[in-house]
Amino acid sequence: MYRYDNYDQQMLQDRIAQFRDQTRRFLAGELESSQFQPLRLQNGLYIQRLAPMLRVAIPYGCLSSRQLRKLAHIARFYDKGYGHFSTRQNIQFNWPKLPEVPDILAELAEVEMHAIQTSGNCIRNTTTDQFAGVAPREIEDSRPWCEIIRQWSTFHPEFAHLPRKFKIAVCGTEQDQAATQVHDIGLYLTRNFTGDLGFQVLVGGGLGRTPVIGQVIREFLPWQHLLTYLDAILRVYNREGRRDNKYKARIKILVKELGIDAFRDRVEAAWDQGRDGPATLTEDEVRRCRRFFTDPPYESLPDHDAAVTATLATDVRFTNWYDRNVRQHKRPGYRIVTLCLKATGSAPGDLSAEQMDFVAELADRYSFAELRVTHEQNLVLTDVRLQDLPTLHAALLREQLATPYTGLLNDMIACPGGDFCSLANAKSIPIAEAIQRRFDDVETQKTIGEITLNISGCMNACGHHHVGNIGILGVDKKGEEFYQVTLGGSSDRKAALGKVLGPSFAQKDMPDVIDKILQVYLARRTADERFIDTYQRIGIEPFQEHVYAATH
Amino acid sequence: MPQLIDVLGNPVENPWLSLAKDATLEQVRQSSDKLVLLPLPLWLAEKAALLATGKTFGVWLDSDQTCELLTGDLGLLPLVALNFPTFMDGRHYSSAVVLRQQMQYDGDIRAIGDVLRDQLFFMKRCGFSSFLLKDSVKLEDAQRGLRDFATSYQSTVEQPEPLFRRRA
Repeated sequence: MYRYDNYDQQMLQDRIAQFRDQTRRFLAGELESSQFQPLRLQNGLYIQRLAPMLRVAIPYGCLSSRQLRKLAHIARFYDKGYGHFSTRQNIQFNWPKLPEVPDILAELAEVEMHAIQTSGNCIRNTTTDQFAGVAPREIEDSRPWCEIIRQWSTFHPEFAHLPRKFKIAVCGTEQDQAATQVHDIGLYLTRNFTGDLGFQVLVGGGLGRTPVIGQVIREFLPWQHLLTYLDAILRVYNREGRRDNKYKARIKILVKELGIDAFRDRVEAAWDQGRDGPATLTEDEVRRCRRFFTDPPYESLPDHDAAVTATLATDVRFTNWYDRNVRQHKRPGYRIVTLCLKATGSAPGDLSAEQMDFVAELADRYSFAELRVTHEQNLVLTDVRLQDLPTLHAALLREQLATPYTGLLNDMIACPGGDFCSLANAKSIPIAEAIQRRFDDVETQKTIGEITLNISGCMNACGHHHVGNIGILGVDKKGEEFYQVTLGGSSDRKAALGKVLGPSFAQKDMPDVIDKILQVYLARRTADERFIDTYQRIGIEPFQEHVYAATH
Repeated sequence: MPQLIDVLGNPVENPWLSLAKDATLEQVRQSSDKLVLLPLPLWLAEKAALLATGKTFGVWLDSDQTCELLTGDLGLLPLVALNFPTFMDGRHYSSAVVLRQQMQYDGDIRAIGDVLRDQLFFMKRCGFSSFLLKDSVKLEDAQRGLRDFATSYQSTVEQPEPLFRRRA
């Protein structure tokens, strides 16, 4: 993992002092509320329905056990004993008290964490695939590049007051679990025909009110030019992005209005300025950042284990968990383990302080004291020895962390929704729970197979509903909460936006509606078809016919 | 009178007469001031007549006016002021960078309008060299704001070498 040096630490201390003073001035009435708002937002602090909400960055999803213990402490001491992992590799605390927030930030700084730019109209936490560095057949480890971008984007003076928020994702794996194509900038690590490393650059993707898949602005950007090119894109956006209407202020609207070719011309013109200038990356800097992400001291192990094989033959619970939550690792004898935070009855992505401490302990014991946070709101132990899986599983069972549903229906994404968020039109958590209850059975989950179900409580789309195979969006109809369903979304390398099924549904009908959608899929699928494959083959009409035939 | 400070935070006199967006050539002629800060449209429309008055001019740009409109004129202008209608409108951070890096402007770039203490550090790094503080901003606060951070990561006008080229 990246470790701070004196410069990084100094900047964090300066930031805390700055925010402490801003908070003091606000509480003393010296700083108007409208002036304090953007300042607190750039420190991740929202004023929510019930209390402030503090969003803490987990840069590109990398977390140490020490940091997780600190988060547990914060949850316990300053909050109500739990935290919520969001879809953007952040953790949110829902009950901090404003005067205590500077103290929380100081505690976070002790473990090299912060809430910088987790909100507001600035460059947000850079995200990546949770399997970076351990996935087999990886193109390139994205983490050093994320760290380079983290540093470039932190307190970038030119881009602190953009027209709107700005999100960057980097992906170096084959599969792309970072939803790269629905980010303001998506960067795919790639090699050109001579084997040189660089990025395919996408721009103008995003969800929210106007969902758009990003377009390629540059097929191959040599790595040296990463920061000067990002500067150029951001400068064009900062100067030309719309500021008259916040719903049209994201870069996707600018790219759409200009067209990708005209936008590219402007970026190239801006790039002429900084290209080959001092912000050009050096071999030394890349080497320095890569040093933080070298392999842990792996043992030489065979890629099979007799005890595990025996357990697989006899223990159904273990087998179910192994099939869904354990993945191939780049090293023989190691596996990647996902802790699915979707136990029925607890909000997706929520983790109690006790569970955090427990997971930190597991990371220490089984995974070189490191873990990852995923955009699907789960946790990952990246480097577990195959032989340790049965004992790890037994331990997870005790803390309700062995939910064997990774990648299945109940592994759904949901934003905090109307229970917490003041933007939401409708609740998300009760919908998630009702659906989870209906289908909470291993055999049912396995029968349905791989599927993504994403729930957002409003069109800001924090639950990424547009890119769920099944998407659910909370809408307000004359003061009542209704839910619109979309089908066919996907956020991998073949990203697609879901199509609206039809008129929205009442909350109580949602489990039935999902059931009917699944009935169509199960009746029409061919042998190995996943939900998304069947949908793409048969289209939306059969689903519409069945769902609406029965309700009207 | 709003306080003007330089890039180090020192209070300085403001000898410039600042004219509003709808100012006319007549106003310039009638005033006894020798240093006049003009709105962009007047400068663009009346350049020759203005220069004939023998006065010294600066131009101020609103946040939707781009600095490229001053191409070719910068040698005549010892002052370019960039207006922040609200501190949340960040376009002029880029204007300052473009003026310094692309257009090689070495005159005074002044932040005017909604200029508060919490943005001064960023403005300074983008190449602003003077700040007309909003009335509510105390001098000591502004001076502290200019020093909010001891160091920064990026390549900027103020420090072209990014931290990665300077790390010990």
